[in-house]
Amino acid sequence: MTATAISVESISKRYQLGVINHGVLFRDIQSWWARARSLPDPNLKIGARTQAGNFNALQDVSFSVRAGETVGIIGRNGAGKSTLLKILSRVTAPSSGRIRVRGRIASLLEVGTGFHPELTGRENVFLNGAILGMTKPEIRRKFDEIVDFAEVGAFIDTPVKRYSSGMYVRLAFAVAAHLEPEILVVDEVLAVGDHEFQKKCIGKMQDVGAHGRTVLFVSHNMTAVNNLCARSILLRSGQVVADGPSSDVTRLYLKALDQGEQARWICPPDSSAGKQAYIAEMAVLDPQGTVREGYELTEDLRLRIRYHLSEAMGGITLGLQVSSDETGETIISLSDSELERSRLGVRRAGEHITEVRLPNRLLNTGVYSLRIGISRGRHEILDVAEGLAFRIIDSVGIVQYLGFERKGSQLAMQLPWTEEAA
Amino acid sequence: MESEEEGNWTTTIESERHWYAPDLRGLWQYRDLVMLFVRRDFVAIYKQSLLGPLWFALQPALTTVVFTIVFGHIASIPTDGAPPFLFYFTSVVCWQYFAGNVVKTSDTFVTNANIFGKVYFPRLTAPVSIVISNLLQFGIQFAVLACLIGWSIFQGAGVRPGPSLLLLPLLLIQMAALGLGVGLAVSALTTRYRDLAYLMSFGLQLWMYATPVVYPVSQIPQRWLWLAYLNPMTSVVESFRYVMLGVGGLTLELSMLGIAVTLVVLTIGLFLFARVERLFMDTV
Repeated sequence: MTATAISVESISKRYQLGVINHGVLFRDIQSWWARARSLPDPNLKIGARTQAGNFNALQDVSFSVRAGETVGIIGRNGAGKSTLLKILSRVTAPSSGRIRVRGRIASLLEVGTGFHPELTGRENVFLNGAILGMTKPEIRRKFDEIVDFAEVGAFIDTPVKRYSSGMYVRLAFAVAAHLEPEILVVDEVLAVGDHEFQKKCIGKMQDVGAHGRTVLFVSHNMTAVNNLCARSILLRSGQVVADGPSSDVTRLYLKALDQGEQARWICPPDSSAGKQAYIAEMAVLDPQGTVREGYELTEDLRLRIRYHLSEAMGGITLGLQVSSDETGETIISLSDSELERSRLGVRRAGEHITEVRLPNRLLNTGVYSLRIGISRGRHEILDVAEGLAFRIIDSVGIVQYLGFERKGSQLAMQLPWTEEAA
Repeated sequence: MESEEEGNWTTTIESERHWYAPDLRGLWQYRDLVMLFVRRDFVAIYKQSLLGPLWFALQPALTTVVFTIVFGHIASIPTDGAPPFLFYFTSVVCWQYFAGNVVKTSDTFVTNANIFGKVYFPRLTAPVSIVISNLLQFGIQFAVLACLIGWSIFQGAGVRPGPSLLLLPLLLIQMAALGLGVGLAVSALTTRYRDLAYLMSFGLQLWMYATPVVYPVSQIPQRWLWLAYLNPMTSVVESFRYVMLGVGGLTLELSMLGIAVTLVVLTIGLFLFARVERLFMDTV
């Protein structure tokens, strides 16, 4: 029996919403001095509780991975995948629990970290390799292999600012692919480059797994997860909901997308307590105002948000993000004060209802998730709501009429064509 | 089985809110990275413009002109017998290396947020590489200074760098260590208190006037001397002038005091930095 390579022991990560501290030394000293004399804190709202709301990105997550295993970690946006990755990569620390690791661990949350445009490809290979934990002799030994893999050939001594984006990504990935850690933690860096190159990368990752190394692979791409990983772990709202053979877990994930998650999200009653502001409800509606299972690409979409302020406040901004569930990329990001500065003025206490209309043929077919946040000023986040997914389908569009598939693209936006008179 | 499972873990990731020892071993393991950061900074400075290196030489010269007029001619502060222009230029070169280290290391977390958020490597590599990169600027200014001194000796001015010039590397290390220590402490505190960043440039200016940069130690009133010597930059600037121009100078005890205070500052900086480095990503 092989030894355990990673042991994750009831990891939790809590983010504090609201004011972490005043961000201003003077105010902190003022508060501290007042408390020291047991006077009321002059910087606290009267009657407000000192304890601000918390957001649990991960709750009591435990699992272990044996050496040589390749494990997929899947879940929707906001399920806690990236927080888990960050903790494993030691970019941030958990709030409680611990992780023990046996062997050198390398994580790829991004390719090309630290690439400098003025440096040549060669210089960047060394810099990036060192950032990822390779020593100079190690990089020197693999250098030719890296250049071959990246297919940049003669351009290796050209500053990377002159590279095409494809070359840049290939070189960046090539460095990462030639790391030789015992444990590799990979985020969806495979979602880059052209199809040929992706295939090559997946091949390289399979090699890594075959050489007895442990791989944790975080992805939205169920096909890749099924191909690469025998086992998968599904996260939802910061908890492990399934852990087992990839085929079962990915099926569960896709099923949850189809029915479990709805195009309407309502704030659980206990989680709004004590918050100065919170999102009470968000919903995706068709033009008639009903929540549906799928929305036609040819119809407008209404994103409806109900939020609540405990008191009149100024400087409030509502932020909205729509991201693709397939790639995890944010497609649309809006803030309600962008076009209407007056919204930064005082908003009354109580319930507000606001709506954004997305024009038809903007989003392409696929599953999208919606995330809403309320912030005040520059760094104060009062509330964040996520966990709403909706599907765009196309059963009446022109493409169907003509009888062929819509060509893949992020947006389905159509623009007028003009024809010049002959 | 159970016993085989225990032990020989290479890494343990534990929860927040503890004090940590600075990761000096990690810094040593990643020494290649430090040098690559330095190389990157060099290349970036050279490739962006030719004016960069020229500006390094011009900056202390302009400051020196101002100091010579204001403190030398208007206020007529004695300079221990050295030509005022040389006196101020020497002080400014020395002070600027220190201040440059403080300023540039103090925003380590902000400038590197992008990289720090993606990969773990010993965070200390970034500020340490800055202190080394700043040697480029110091080197250029030092070369100008050396030319000026050589020219003055040729002209028969009463300056004479002696065999104590051999102490120069030690002084440089002290300047670097002190600048790094202060910069690390500020960088750790600014992740919590953003207003400190504004205070810093003002604080540095005050510190410069509290340090014998525009005046020699011999002009400090007797009863304030103890305070001046607690400021580690006093011994650095005064010794630097002694080494370069052969004016002023300190006793060995006072130099040792300066070094001791430097070590204390560096240690505090390292510990504050180690405390913040694991969690700053949540707040930036």
